[in-house]
Amino acid sequence: MPETLQITNLHVAVEGKPILRGVHLTINRGEVHALMGPNGSGKSTLGNAIMGHPNYEVTEGAIELNGQDILAMDASERARAGIFMAFQRPMAIPGVKMADFLRHATTNVRNPQRKEGEELIPMRQFRKELTAKMEQLKMDVEFARRYVNDGFSGGEMKRAEILQMAMLRPKFAILDETDSGLDVDAVKLASQSIAAIAQEQEGGAEMGILIITHHDKLLEYNTPDFTHVMMGGRIVETGGVELARELYTSGYDRIRSSYPEEAAVEDEMQQAAAAAV
Amino acid sequence: MSTDLLEDVALGEINKYDFITPTHEVFRAQKGLNAQVVAQISEMKREPAWMRDFRLKSLQVFESKPMPRWGGNIAIDFQDIYYYLKPTTEQGKTWDDVPQEIKETFDKLGIPEAEKKFLAGVKAQFESEVVYGSLQEDLAKKGVIFTDTDTAVREYPDLVREYFGRIIPPQDNKFAALNSAVWSGGSFIYVPKGVKIEFPLQAYFRINAERMGQFERTLIVVDEGAEVHYVEGCTAPMYSSESLHSAVVEIIVKKHARCRYTTIQNWANNIYNLVTKRAMAYEGALMEWIDGNLGSRLTMKYPAVYMMEPGARGEILSIAFASKGQHQDAGAKVVHAAPHTKSRIISKSISKNGGRASYRGLCKAEDGAVGCKSNVVCDALILDPKSRSDTYPYIEVEEQDVQIEHEASVSRIGEEQLFYLMSRGLTEAESSSMIVSGFIEPLIKELPMEYAVEMNRLIELQMEGSVG
Repeated sequence: MPETLQITNLHVAVEGKPILRGVHLTINRGEVHALMGPNGSGKSTLGNAIMGHPNYEVTEGAIELNGQDILAMDASERARAGIFMAFQRPMAIPGVKMADFLRHATTNVRNPQRKEGEELIPMRQFRKELTAKMEQLKMDVEFARRYVNDGFSGGEMKRAEILQMAMLRPKFAILDETDSGLDVDAVKLASQSIAAIAQEQEGGAEMGILIITHHDKLLEYNTPDFTHVMMGGRIVETGGVELARELYTSGYDRIRSSYPEEAAVEDEMQQAAAAAV
Repeated sequence: MSTDLLEDVALGEINKYDFITPTHEVFRAQKGLNAQVVAQISEMKREPAWMRDFRLKSLQVFESKPMPRWGGNIAIDFQDIYYYLKPTTEQGKTWDDVPQEIKETFDKLGIPEAEKKFLAGVKAQFESEVVYGSLQEDLAKKGVIFTDTDTAVREYPDLVREYFGRIIPPQDNKFAALNSAVWSGGSFIYVPKGVKIEFPLQAYFRINAERMGQFERTLIVVDEGAEVHYVEGCTAPMYSSESLHSAVVEIIVKKHARCRYTTIQNWANNIYNLVTKRAMAYEGALMEWIDGNLGSRLTMKYPAVYMMEPGARGEILSIAFASKGQHQDAGAKVVHAAPHTKSRIISKSISKNGGRASYRGLCKAEDGAVGCKSNVVCDALILDPKSRSDTYPYIEVEEQDVQIEHEASVSRIGEEQLFYLMSRGLTEAESSSMIVSGFIEPLIKELPMEYAVEMNRLIELQMEGSVG
């Protein structure tokens, strides 16, 4: 049996407002899933809920990792269980060097039982591995000495997220618009890197990936086994790679007319979001 | 929630500074403060008449001055404190000369070990007196003086008299007057012209007894073109009643000389720490204060640099950490009294678990101080909704042609930052620790490595169990 991340009838509210209204999704390790849909349809909410953001309240449903409920786990425990999310807008942590942060994170994720204050992975081993990964991502070694996301350009932030994924070697990764803010060459490099990282997982099992994107470029080297369309807080349609192609060439008109109820909810959510701004 | 209680227990167990040494003191003045006590201290020290008179006059100044009506809440019964406690008969020149139990105290604090590794000289003060002193021989040969201030009064009367009480007169404030009346111990340093001391000189101040007042008096004279880095560390065990630490530090940095004064204070949470520190910097000289304030019930301390001649510079970097039941009212003072003088203040404060951190700073440009520049940055980080931070910047400008910048920021540990770090496998406690250490990083990197490590460790200690 492959390892699975299974989401069943997931309802999520943010500040009391329902955003996800019954999402079903099963990802096996080794599979690539593309998640598409209009802005504000709930894609990032799904990612944040899986990762365990405290502001995303699960009001109904389940998230299970290999049959085990993870809803009671905090984000740290989920990370150590093998879940990773590359954020659309990662936070800056001024004064904390990338290398120090990553050494700590890598130690915890690889040794989930580690207690606070116990030894970190040896500096020499860590540095060697980090340098190798940075080379693969064509990142300057100087990067490791910079403060986490502090003053990073959009592109640097996205590459830093991929670097973290490479070091943490998760079982399941959610990539939230990792292509936004990148130029064509950078997206290509990102796409290739993600594919390489997905395949070099330990124990032979590849990563399971959920790619949230609006474009086709990130999928170039990560051909989706499944494409899901989210609208109005639900996954309304699932297909193969051809569905992704249809969406980025023809847009969401066909989906909207096929699922009028979700389209109406979607419009309501959009209006509410616009009013809030 | 019971986390506060748990935290206190945890801190008590892990705080290596919280131990009491059973000692055999040789003399203890009667409790309370009056002219007899002051005269007795002077007599015990076999002081010249001028110092005895200085003390007695200072006592009058102290009695005539009201308590400060700003800063923190000072609930001290001045008659319930021991003002002078002599722990040994003689000061040791080697650690073997120091009474065993006191030597063990400093062993636990790691002083002899640090001395061997990276210090040019050490003074260790226990209660009222310096019990151990050393200075590298080659420095002594070059004419460097590093002794306790009591000895200096006897052995270098002219030098001491020229500067003592000139930078901070007893009339300056109530606690400077108190110190002037009952002072004991502290360091006296003289660095002759052109002598640059490569490694730091360190003094360590330990309060051990209950209801004890420690009033050290430090005087540093850095002659023309000379350089020195002086470091002081301070600790005390936890008692149920309060103790008082009220020091005066006077520094003269002459033409083109440099002085750096680093404090890492980690008092127990029932110590009132009311300290006056001031330096005068002359032509082209540089004075730097690096001030780490952890612990104490109330700290009121504003290291000052008066830039007296053209080209003088002053830098003050400070960190304050206020936890439960603590108020850190700390800051800095820079006075531009001459043209083309430059100052920089960076202050960082962290408050958690109901603690209160205040920044109080003065930037003054006197009439005629043309072309002077000052840059003040103060950042506060608040870890939870119970805690508090305030900023009181005072700016007095009497001259048109000056450039004064002031930036202040207050931030709360962001949920988003915590979530980001936790999503990478760090626990909540590790995440907030990391955010805090990042926040103070700009100051830590100014410290010599050994002190940076110590400072980080102390901050980590403060952060332990901070997440409920």
